[in-house]
Amino acid sequence: MIYLWAFVVGGLICVIGQLMLDGLRLTPAHTTSMLVVAGAVLDGFGLYEPLIDFAGAGATVPITSFGNALVHGAMAEAEQHGLVGVITGIFEVTSAGISAAIVFGFMAALVFKPRG
Amino acid sequence: MSNKQKKKLSPVQQEYQDFVNKREPQRPLFQNCIRAFLVGGTICLIGQLISQFYMQFLDFNEQTAGDPTVATLVFLAVLFTGLGVYDHLAQWAGAGTAIPVTGFANSIASAAIEHRSEGFVLGVGGNMFKLAGSVIVFGVFAAFVIATLKVILLQGLGGV
Repeated sequence: MIYLWAFVVGGLICVIGQLMLDGLRLTPAHTTSMLVVAGAVLDGFGLYEPLIDFAGAGATVPITSFGNALVHGAMAEAEQHGLVGVITGIFEVTSAGISAAIVFGFMAALVFKPRG
Repeated sequence: MSNKQKKKLSPVQQEYQDFVNKREPQRPLFQNCIRAFLVGGTICLIGQLISQFYMQFLDFNEQTAGDPTVATLVFLAVLFTGLGVYDHLAQWAGAGTAIPVTGFANSIASAAIEHRSEGFVLGVGGNMFKLAGSVIVFGVFAAFVIATLKVILLQGLGGV
């Protein structure tokens, strides 16, 4: 069942993105930035975690989960160290996505040649 | 074009702008949304399969399986970007490939590969986040504001 919900919820988030691209004529950069902020805001109200429980990868794979993870890392550290923890913990959970993208992206630049 | 920019145009330019708007092909919104739904959903489905794998065979639970799943998807997206497959798919799928975390990886990898000819430091290092940078900047700043507000509110209520 979780597979079905992952497909449906993930697909719907992409449809929202498509509507922003085509309907509002935003650039992909504007769209993804706004979705990240939306994910952060949703987590601020505690609404993103239930979505992950419900849809699994349907909620963790779209870029919105990036905003959610940033707030999560910041809040986890803040519980221990107060306001300083917001700064020190912000990348704690997102490390996987960003470091993987940097490492593999650099490797790709070493290995692959640009294509026309 | 926004109204503000429109006011600066001369009448002839305005006429031309209207002409362009009329000639611009209508975007097939419904078809694009279906494509985005199918491809985006499939990518999330693959993500779910990967996280199930991590939960079954490696020592991850539902909460922690998300990180290695994202890393795996990023790896796959970079690989397919390098092979030139991802961009073909993106042409067809629109937001279906841009919104999942694979789109983030694609933008980093394609910028890195594209600017390789300018050298590794100035080209690859300097341009890697050209497209993905805005996501990180706005994500981090929004998260900072939200987390700070939340901490202050919770402390004010005697929490934390």
